[in-house]
Amino acid sequence: MSSRKREEAEEATAALPLLVKTLQEVADEALEIGSKRQPFSAESRQKRPRIRDAHVVHSVCPYCAVGCGLNVYVKDGQVLDIEGNPDSPINHGTLCPKGAATFQYTVNPSRLTRVLYRAPYSDHWEEKSLDWAMEQIALRVKQTRDATFVERLPDGREVNHTLAIASLGGATLDVEENYLMKKLFTGALGIVSIENQARI
Amino acid sequence: MPGLGTTFGRGGATTFPQDLVNSDCILIMGSNMAEAHPVAFANVVKAKERGAKVIHIDPHFSRTSALANLYVPIRAGSDIVFLGAIIRYLLEQKAFFQEYVLHYTNIATLIREDFRDAEDLDGVFSGYDPETGTYDPTSWDYERDADGRPLSDPTLEHPRCVYQIMRRHYARYTPELVEQVCGVPRALWQQVVDTLIANSGRERTSAICYAVGWTQQSKGVQIIRTAAMLQLLLGNIGRPGGGVMALRGHASIQGSTDVPTLYDLLSGYMPQPAALLAPGPGTRRPRSEEVQAPVAGEEMRPVGPSQQTLAEYIAAVGQKTGWWANLPAYIRSLLKAWYGSYADEEEGERSYRFLPKIIGDHSHLATSYEMLDGKVRGYFLFGQNPAAGSTNARMQRKALAQLDWLVVRDLYEVESAAFWYRGPEGEVVEPRQIKTEVFLLPAAASTEKEGSFTNTQRLLQWRDKAVDPPGDARSDLWFVYHLGKRLKALYADSPHERDLPIKALTWDYERETPEPGSRILDEPDALLVLKEINGYYARTPDGKEHSLREAPHVPDFTVLKADGSTACGSWIYSGVYPEPGRNRAASRDPSGYTFPNWGFAWPANRRILYNRASADPQGRPWSERKKYIWWDEERRQWTGYDVPDFPLRKPPDYTPPPGATGIDAHSGSDPFIMKPDGKGWLFAPTGLKDGPLPTHYEAAEAPITNPLYHRQSNPAARYYRDRPDNRLAAVGDERYPIVATTYRLTEHHLSGPMTRWLPWLNALQPALFVEISPELAAERQIRHGDQVIISTPRGEIQARALVTRRLRPLRLNGRIVHQIGLPFHWGFQGKATGSITNDLTHMVLEPNVSIEEAKAFLCDVRPARGRS
Repeated sequence: MSSRKREEAEEATAALPLLVKTLQEVADEALEIGSKRQPFSAESRQKRPRIRDAHVVHSVCPYCAVGCGLNVYVKDGQVLDIEGNPDSPINHGTLCPKGAATFQYTVNPSRLTRVLYRAPYSDHWEEKSLDWAMEQIALRVKQTRDATFVERLPDGREVNHTLAIASLGGATLDVEENYLMKKLFTGALGIVSIENQARI
Repeated sequence: MPGLGTTFGRGGATTFPQDLVNSDCILIMGSNMAEAHPVAFANVVKAKERGAKVIHIDPHFSRTSALANLYVPIRAGSDIVFLGAIIRYLLEQKAFFQEYVLHYTNIATLIREDFRDAEDLDGVFSGYDPETGTYDPTSWDYERDADGRPLSDPTLEHPRCVYQIMRRHYARYTPELVEQVCGVPRALWQQVVDTLIANSGRERTSAICYAVGWTQQSKGVQIIRTAAMLQLLLGNIGRPGGGVMALRGHASIQGSTDVPTLYDLLSGYMPQPAALLAPGPGTRRPRSEEVQAPVAGEEMRPVGPSQQTLAEYIAAVGQKTGWWANLPAYIRSLLKAWYGSYADEEEGERSYRFLPKIIGDHSHLATSYEMLDGKVRGYFLFGQNPAAGSTNARMQRKALAQLDWLVVRDLYEVESAAFWYRGPEGEVVEPRQIKTEVFLLPAAASTEKEGSFTNTQRLLQWRDKAVDPPGDARSDLWFVYHLGKRLKALYADSPHERDLPIKALTWDYERETPEPGSRILDEPDALLVLKEINGYYARTPDGKEHSLREAPHVPDFTVLKADGSTACGSWIYSGVYPEPGRNRAASRDPSGYTFPNWGFAWPANRRILYNRASADPQGRPWSERKKYIWWDEERRQWTGYDVPDFPLRKPPDYTPPPGATGIDAHSGSDPFIMKPDGKGWLFAPTGLKDGPLPTHYEAAEAPITNPLYHRQSNPAARYYRDRPDNRLAAVGDERYPIVATTYRLTEHHLSGPMTRWLPWLNALQPALFVEISPELAAERQIRHGDQVIISTPRGEIQARALVTRRLRPLRLNGRIVHQIGLPFHWGFQGKATGSITNDLTHMVLEPNVSIEEAKAFLCDVRPARGRS
């Protein structure tokens, strides 16, 4: 359903609560047997879908390249559920098993949340701060680049590159992220082996 | 993707999956679409319900085959024979769409007199250098007049016109050869031919869908080329229900090629500047040791035209005619976006020198051997897992152990982060002997950052951010941006010229105000990055510099200039963010057949590419039924259901004046605007490294000798034969008689980093299996459910046997050839573990794109008796 159609449908049902209430009362009376109301307890009747007050964030499936639209339901800063977006002309609300598992991909106790560091020849991980890791990585990049940078080939041609640093990955990332990677690594640092999954 | 790019002009799917409902026939080959791209496959099912014929050609019977009208089992690696035989049939029977082909392709163009076909030279084309295993394509060029214009013969009788060359080239691709090489009975093949012909032409259209079943072969680009040529001959390009639908594997694999994290490309398919090296004359250097760095004492020579200056680069890679004549505007705008005021100096020449030059093949797989040899010291992995996901994965793990430092960014502790203390069962890993320093940084999930993915139909779709990433997890945008800031600070006082690009780089993507509700205060502004990609006016009319933040957006790429006044990060994406407040990647109105206001499709929001070809040369729809874009004589412009992929006001009868350049050099009936001659290329005079016409070679490992040539396999591929960890099985090697192919399952993704930590998915597909025919199982005494060992010269793995008729023995030349099939999603990390299928595969690289051959290789299978 398009958002416009949905608005129309919502307008059309705006008058419903009154009617529903009346119907509910009729049903309650009809179902009253002795002193018990059947078949729904008061608790059941008050139940609502847990996504009822959640706010919907539009997203796209992170798996294959079909690009199915996702609705991410968020309440109190937590993702409650992820479903196919019925508005999307690509998937019309449907998802494959992987797409339908996106919730578990993102909300998962096995996810890494801290920086882990393994020193040379060490047999264990150490937890480190993000700031420390960023500084160390910047230093490694500078040290390796400075030690291996080639300005000219023996034949005199200018190349301004380093072949001693490489990067792999990008097809699971955003366009904007790929752009900054190529700009920084190639454009500033002269790293040429910037590659991603398109190559496999 | 050179297969599509060389034939049509752009390296992307020519159509969109939702248009498949308009197809009258859909040929799926090199893809298990129902299981690997299930939601896109829904369109195929809809088309079938509307009467379309669905054909599936694949070694492995799958749910795609089950839903097809016609399933054709084929030997893995024989695709070009099957398709080439269709081409022969079309040419010999004149069953091609003659008016379309004559006007819209180069079928009438003459080729140089010194061109020699692979049929004349026993499997190589003219220009082949056996010492280096490379081609000089000079002789493949068009025959030209004194002004450089190609000559042609519209009667198609000249012996050197493309039609006659193709007739000779494909003469031996007979139905008999199909039987012999593909193992497909000729009647079944003929049924495919008849179905395609009956469903192509003025009134009807057929589409072809493919995936990595084609790309992962040592001649993958040429297979895709064959399909593209077939679609040109049938007149199915640029029309509704037609096209070549490339089904890509990752959420933004198209995006990471368009805005590339690839070594040989700059944004928008401009080549990375090169200063190529080759071994000197008389230096015998095996092709497997493609030059990566000059070797001390070895004589090297420069190859290719000089690209030392911007002017030389433009002369070397640009075109005088066709849309690419605009290259100077696009490269200057990119330099301006990257280097700001430095890009104005010396008309861009100074900042051009900042760009590093490539000297050889620096692709992922080629680089992994450099890494194994200790030449690569530092490595970044962004959501990619070579320790399990790349070919010859055992070698990949050894290569990681040779690094000084490794940065892994992922959501989970993937194999590539854990390789220093763990490996597959039976592999001894000794941490005390591995020097690699590893930084494992938690990454944000797609729901925890905003940004765009470009999907398989070239469609940019923006994702809004739902929640903050947990703990110290950050977006990759955050990581790259802050790494850049730290490096700029470290180099701020450098006096060295070589560090100037770091200082010159424009690098300010700070948010004006922190994101409301987020605890991450220093997340960069992804929308500002998108603005740079879209492009902006870098100067006010009176010459004052604009910063990215305050600059007016450019509306699209047609306003980009070669004078430094515009900046643009990727010209093909220009138009995605044409004005403040209007991010078209985030537009979400699904109405209309081509839903033009849902996302933004590059280029210029076109949904079907080359759509000028949906009208006849006079600009009228080929038929009412297949109406799409046409010439409106009253308004004197092109109109229809999509954005015309043609100059809007160029009439169908336009004839270029002598000496015309750029797009004006094309006539009003030349639909392929990116090509210098405006034609679809049946014959590729340039752009490919392994020949102007697809021809059959066997896979690097094959059970039979090539019946066409003494050349067994692609002469331009790279084999790494001298590498002890990359041994190949020879034809007839009795130790490895079985053909293996690999594929993915619906429930897992690639090597599993995004699925093997998910109990929901692990419950559905818990373990690795191998599909084996009942005949082979009987021969090897394997029962359904047994553990078996699969072996290749690279290694052995264990899997559970799934004995099934989904794989069947093929009869080739009176001989039975068995095939097995394996998924490849497991590894030693995560919640569901298993052998790594990529430990079996070899490293033989396709010459154009350096992709491995995982879809056809040789192996053996035996019961794992005595093992659990």
